[in-house]
Amino acid sequence: MSASNLHVYVMAAPLLTAFFVNLLGRISKVWIAPLTIGSLAFSSFASLIVMGRVIAYGGFSYTVGNWKAPYGIELVVDHLSAVMLVLISLVALTGSISAVKSVFQELPDQEYLFFTLYLILITGLYGLVLTGDAFNLYVLLEITSITTYGLIAMGKGRAPLASFNYIIMGSIGASFYLLGVGYLYLMTGSLNMADIAGMLQTMDGGAAIATSLAFILVGLWVKMAFFPLHGWLPNAYSLAPTGAALVAAPLMTKVTIYLMVRVMFSIYSVDYLFITHPIIQNGIVWVAAVAIICASALALAQRDLKRMLTYIIVAEVGYMVGGIWLVNSTGMTGAVLHIVNDAVMTLCLFLAAAALVYRLGDLNFDNLQGIYRKMPVTMAAFTVGAFAMIGVPPTAGFFSKWYLILGGIEAGQWIYVIALLFSSLINAVLFFRIIEIGYFFKEGEHHGHEKVAEAPLSMQVPLVISAAALIVIGLSTGPLVKTIIKLALPAGF
Amino acid sequence: MNYQISIWPLAAVLISLIGSIPIMLSDRSPNLRESWTLLIAFLKVVIVASLLPTVLAGGGFQFTIAEVIPGVPLALRVDAMGMFFALVASSLWFFTSVYSIGYMRSLDEHGQTRYYASFAVAISATLGVAFSANLLTLYLFYEMLSLSTYPLVTHHQDAEARQSGRKYLTYILGTSIGLALPAMLIVYSLAGTLDFKIGGILSGTGASPQTLALVLVLFLFGFAKSGLMPVHGWLPAAMVAPTPVSSFLHGVAVVKVGVFSVLRVIFHIFGPEQLLAVNLGWVITTLASITILVASLVALTQDNLKRRLAYSTIGQLSYMILGAGMLSAVGMTGGLLHIAMHAFGKITLFFCAGAIYVAAGKKYISQMDGLGRRMPITYLAFFFGSLSIIGMPPLGGFISKWNLALGAIESGHLILLVVLLVSSLLNALYFFPIVYRGFFLPAAQGEPEGIKEAPVFCLVPLSVTAACSLILFFWPSVFYRLAQLALGL
Repeated sequence: MSASNLHVYVMAAPLLTAFFVNLLGRISKVWIAPLTIGSLAFSSFASLIVMGRVIAYGGFSYTVGNWKAPYGIELVVDHLSAVMLVLISLVALTGSISAVKSVFQELPDQEYLFFTLYLILITGLYGLVLTGDAFNLYVLLEITSITTYGLIAMGKGRAPLASFNYIIMGSIGASFYLLGVGYLYLMTGSLNMADIAGMLQTMDGGAAIATSLAFILVGLWVKMAFFPLHGWLPNAYSLAPTGAALVAAPLMTKVTIYLMVRVMFSIYSVDYLFITHPIIQNGIVWVAAVAIICASALALAQRDLKRMLTYIIVAEVGYMVGGIWLVNSTGMTGAVLHIVNDAVMTLCLFLAAAALVYRLGDLNFDNLQGIYRKMPVTMAAFTVGAFAMIGVPPTAGFFSKWYLILGGIEAGQWIYVIALLFSSLINAVLFFRIIEIGYFFKEGEHHGHEKVAEAPLSMQVPLVISAAALIVIGLSTGPLVKTIIKLALPAGF
Repeated sequence: MNYQISIWPLAAVLISLIGSIPIMLSDRSPNLRESWTLLIAFLKVVIVASLLPTVLAGGGFQFTIAEVIPGVPLALRVDAMGMFFALVASSLWFFTSVYSIGYMRSLDEHGQTRYYASFAVAISATLGVAFSANLLTLYLFYEMLSLSTYPLVTHHQDAEARQSGRKYLTYILGTSIGLALPAMLIVYSLAGTLDFKIGGILSGTGASPQTLALVLVLFLFGFAKSGLMPVHGWLPAAMVAPTPVSSFLHGVAVVKVGVFSVLRVIFHIFGPEQLLAVNLGWVITTLASITILVASLVALTQDNLKRRLAYSTIGQLSYMILGAGMLSAVGMTGGLLHIAMHAFGKITLFFCAGAIYVAAGKKYISQMDGLGRRMPITYLAFFFGSLSIIGMPPLGGFISKWNLALGAIESGHLILLVVLLVSSLLNALYFFPIVYRGFFLPAAQGEPEGIKEAPVFCLVPLSVTAACSLILFFWPSVFYRLAQLALGL
């Protein structure tokens, strides 16, 4: 194992472990948790080393099977993918500790199946951020999607239907993406991203290349649930087993947004006509603003905590898509920072939801009355996550929103700025509604002596860690942006 | 101005935040818990006071907590203006802590641990606002104060508290996110910094007068804690809180954090010269004058004592903003001074209202006939407090109002002088009847016997703050000097 192929091991660890979980987990349940958590801990450790190496020496790549690019498969690490690698590792690790408890409760005797899919999903996510090949990206996108379909279908009640819905939408998205790549291949004869980028610079683009970008973008938008293509997400994530939502909700949309950045600026470029075209640029930023406002409004209509959170995810997708399409340095910084922050915020809130589900079963708002007294630690961490979503300093959410709004002001996109502020206000309403319900008691039941205990320790610890991380990340925004995020911005920013 | 790097500003801010932990851990032992509260309050005053001599000598301290945004670190700085406010807030917190013990125990309130812990976080945030080196840090602590006072406002956890809490957050959080935050971002994109500087940071940025006017209005309403109409509605609603909360937070800390933030923006973000140059002072004075007169008139109609005090507070807060808006040296000094003078006066009045509630269980002025003869110390303190608010010698309020009146003359807007005088008259009209009823009207029929003064834990703080109001008339020099240093005079 040398330093320059370490990122392959990051990806290989969960993949190999998935098989062991499946085999050994059949024999005895005791293997499942140590194997899963162990492999993710290994990946986290390795991805931190990769990050250190990238900071010290810059990006590097590995050619699988020693088939040289552009024909072989290339796994590339640069600053941005190193950030994503660390993010995926740590979020998945933290989430899986809590997921173990929740899966053992919700899916008795199916744990080994769940964690097999779970680990392959994470492998797919690693692959997505590492691959330097446009077609491999499609394959990995399908690996993550198909494992997610399976995970969601394991949920109770209407979950299989939600999964089916997602399959239809997800397949349409994937087809769009594949069509786009097809066009690119026809025009350039290559699938390697760097290779294509080099050819596009000298090529007279024409309509075919523009069409390829349009197809790819639409495909990715479906996968990231960019409003109005978000229809599959709320049901899928709220009906999925809690353990699946723990990793899918924070990571799937964020990784897809990473893919959009990757495709836009690593295959095409900042000054590619389609991206700089004011009508297209303004149009997409406006759609993002509408996405933010509509998704926030839809979140207001929900009476179930998990469903409410899923609509917030849709709104947050609008934040990042808008930030990227401002196409200025500040907005881009905000978007990349927000990928990190939003993943941790979503993780924190879903961990809190998982702890609440574990004790309460159902997160209808009426169930939450007086919950602050019954589960103080869980709710304290939830409150931190809520403040981050609202954007209260010094939590991380404030600072990425700061960059996004500032980017909007610099670009003169006032509708986007107003949408962001509006969404912060709506988030305040959303979360204080929960806080209010949790803080006050039911009519008649005065001091809430009904016995609901605090969540088990293995759910509390990851939750508290993620809440603390929100504050630590927030306070270290300055160094984080200066040493990592600024360097992670695509060329031209 | 040179500032020494020092950890003490951070210590002054954090001591009560950290102190909230032992307070929460001492849930089972109230005496220990209250000892913690008093110890922290005492240490806080000592730390703040120990920084005073350097500031009076023209120096200061600073401490950078974290680099968060290029050009805008999270940083604390003890300058004259921050010192001015910190001195008022920390000393009055000590008295409030003593008073809280008397009040909360007499009424046997529930959730006292949460109460003391939230209070400790709130005072931390208040000092944080006072010692902020830039607008971002100020915003951080401003929000922290909004959030930490929510459990205090909704302390009773009943339907009324729920309604008021909702109103409180809607006004305070809605304006700070919706108005103050974008204003701050616009300033940052114009000036590239958010540092507080004498003379302001917006001059020479080439911002158009329209932009400046927009930003000014966003700030004036964005810091809704200052109670400028029409964003004042949260304050009367927040009176549902226990009285020590009303007295300290809604007489001193929260509302003055609002005013302090507005004044910081006027003095150290815009700079008086800049505002004079683009002639925006009238925006401030007009809004403030309307608030002063309307609030005083509404106060006249309130029968609930705490609500009357709340409307009185709304009016008095606008005095401070009015003074700043005059943009003349004397007027601005008067505005700043009124922060201190009003704080000591108003907290006395609230303490008295609480003492009356504890001793007699009465909330409405119309039921308080003859009460003064049973509770002479409380009523005497109340009388002193109201004199100070009205602005009569020999009480502190006179000093600030005198400066404000001089400022009105100096700035050449005699109409402002009329506003000040009419308002003082209205103040007298809504305060004196309370005292008169207490001392001279016969008690109502069927009044229970045996109403006597409130417990000593309530009585001592209110006597001391009343005495402070008196002392400030004769020795206002510390505050006077700090105000002048803050304005760079």
